[in-house]
Amino acid sequence: MAPLLEVAAAYESARQDPDFQGELTSYLRDYVGRPTPLYFCRRLTECCGGAKIYLKREDLAHTGSHKLNNAVGQALLARRMGRAKLMAETGAGQHGVATATVAALFGMGCDIYMGEEDVRRQALNVYRMRLLGANVITVTSGSRTLKDAINEAFRVWMATAETTYYLFGTAAGPHPYPTMVREFQSVVGREAREQMLAHEGRLPDYLVACVGGGSNAIGLFHPFLEEDVHMVGVEAAGRGLETGEHAASLTAGSEGVLHGARTKILQTPEGQIRTTHSIAAGLDYPGVGPEHAYLQATGRASYVAVTDAGALEAFEALTRLEGIMPALESAHAVAQAMEMAAGLPPEAIVLVNLSGRGDKDIAEIERVLAERPR
Amino acid sequence: MSRIARCFEALAQEGDGALIVFLVAGHPDAESSCELLLTAADAGADIIELGIPFSDPLADGPVIQVASQRALARGMTPARVLDMAAAFRGARDTPLVLMTCYNPIWQFGVERFAGEAGARGVDGVIATDLPPEEAGEWVRAARANRVDTIFLVAPTSPVPRVKKVVDLATGFVYCVSRMGVTGARDQLPPDLAGLVGRIRAQTDRPVAVGFGISRPAHVAEVCHIADGAVVGSALVSLIEREQESVGLGSKVRELVEQLKAGTRGVRPANVRR
Repeated sequence: MAPLLEVAAAYESARQDPDFQGELTSYLRDYVGRPTPLYFCRRLTECCGGAKIYLKREDLAHTGSHKLNNAVGQALLARRMGRAKLMAETGAGQHGVATATVAALFGMGCDIYMGEEDVRRQALNVYRMRLLGANVITVTSGSRTLKDAINEAFRVWMATAETTYYLFGTAAGPHPYPTMVREFQSVVGREAREQMLAHEGRLPDYLVACVGGGSNAIGLFHPFLEEDVHMVGVEAAGRGLETGEHAASLTAGSEGVLHGARTKILQTPEGQIRTTHSIAAGLDYPGVGPEHAYLQATGRASYVAVTDAGALEAFEALTRLEGIMPALESAHAVAQAMEMAAGLPPEAIVLVNLSGRGDKDIAEIERVLAERPR
Repeated sequence: MSRIARCFEALAQEGDGALIVFLVAGHPDAESSCELLLTAADAGADIIELGIPFSDPLADGPVIQVASQRALARGMTPARVLDMAAAFRGARDTPLVLMTCYNPIWQFGVERFAGEAGARGVDGVIATDLPPEEAGEWVRAARANRVDTIFLVAPTSPVPRVKKVVDLATGFVYCVSRMGVTGARDQLPPDLAGLVGRIRAQTDRPVAVGFGISRPAHVAEVCHIADGAVVGSALVSLIEREQESVGLGSKVRELVEQLKAGTRGVRPANVRR
């Protein structure tokens, strides 16, 4: 607990410090490349034949996903706390790359914990992290995916917190991470709000974002919570909810305690954590940020799940119709948005958080498409 | 007075420290695990901690992770652990403590778990990832069923936090010897006496030290400054290594006897600090 309390106290003080916020803003602008564009998908909208589909282009942020927003914020905090080294878990490798990037930027050491299964299917990102100077540690315990990488990272951090800052990648886990990561990611929603007003003169009707731990979704949703805007989080239905091979904690899970948070998790009746499956490594997590569980419980946001196959189709559609290759994680949100848009009137607006780009997934997509029955 | 409190009291009269051993329920299998409980008690363990295996044991090193996975693969569940506890209580009077992450308790039902634990002769429970801020419901349920609530105190805990934790603790306070996960180490950390002293300044409860204690010499050293020593991974690793051996029981007995010898006569009689 002591290391967490120390991070919480440091964040609370940094949050209120104009110098910290000023430095963060300048890095977000000059280094991350913010604001990222808001883009109207003309051809995708025509193809679906209903509501207008807009994309918030987090895929165009430096390193190719929204993850850097949080990594820059927490790395500045780590520096403020006098830590010389960063450590992080990663699933798809996007957060690992973002952390390795800020470690290079600020001249800090960097250890990235990654499940063996993810190391295999995200080989490109593993190589990127190594090029950036990070030490990638392959985790072979448990299901060898994101949850095991988190377990191992926490185990190591407990013994090394005096010198090392744990840069947690999503709005889940123990306090203060769910709040802190949400705050660092809320820049996505704040920008999208302004940009939408500039484009359309009004707010969107629907926000759609994929949910693994839920950082890109909460970052988009949070600045709209008080507005009359529907929010839809999209989880990974994997091979289908009925098969049990999925990662849909909110749509198919139950309340429990995992990684220091009470939230919805995928578990057995005895409270053992289930192994999960998703084609998107970044969604392959048996828990979810507690704020999403809360938004679901209050009915403020709704949560659905899209299968591997649905995400692949959306990947192909966005690639062919707009020339934009989404990350497989983000493709889940695109799939949901396409389905919703088709059933909405043309004046309706659906805003999708395109949280990452798909380059990292190309080898995996090639492998899966080769196996797909024709 | 609880069975755990009586145990520390009686040992203090003799000038002995408490040997607390940790075993994973269902490791290497359910039947052997029941026998090993009896073996450990008969070989001199003063208190036994029985781990309910959990899929994602955040505080455990590789030895207990492997043992937990094996026990889970062989069908161990919290309900079966409670059955094991009842069978043990029918045969021996040694205090028994269950140790687990909180989620299995939460899923079982906090009140139901406390009720069944109390009814089956479980003396205390340690939920390793339950911080005092979130422990209200559990502590109330455990008190109502006369189950001691044992909490871990980490070496990095500042004094106000130590106070917060020990105020909720009954039975004994579990002092974590060093930051990090469970697992045998060659040496004890240098400032253990200072750490135990900081805890003692906040509580009159017995203090037991665990994490990294693997040898009789460690046990003796710990019992000079604390009321008890917890040995887990060293024993679990022996069980893992010898699980196919016919001599498993006698090897466990031998190790527990050696560890117990480390606790004898190391504390001035009738004085608890």
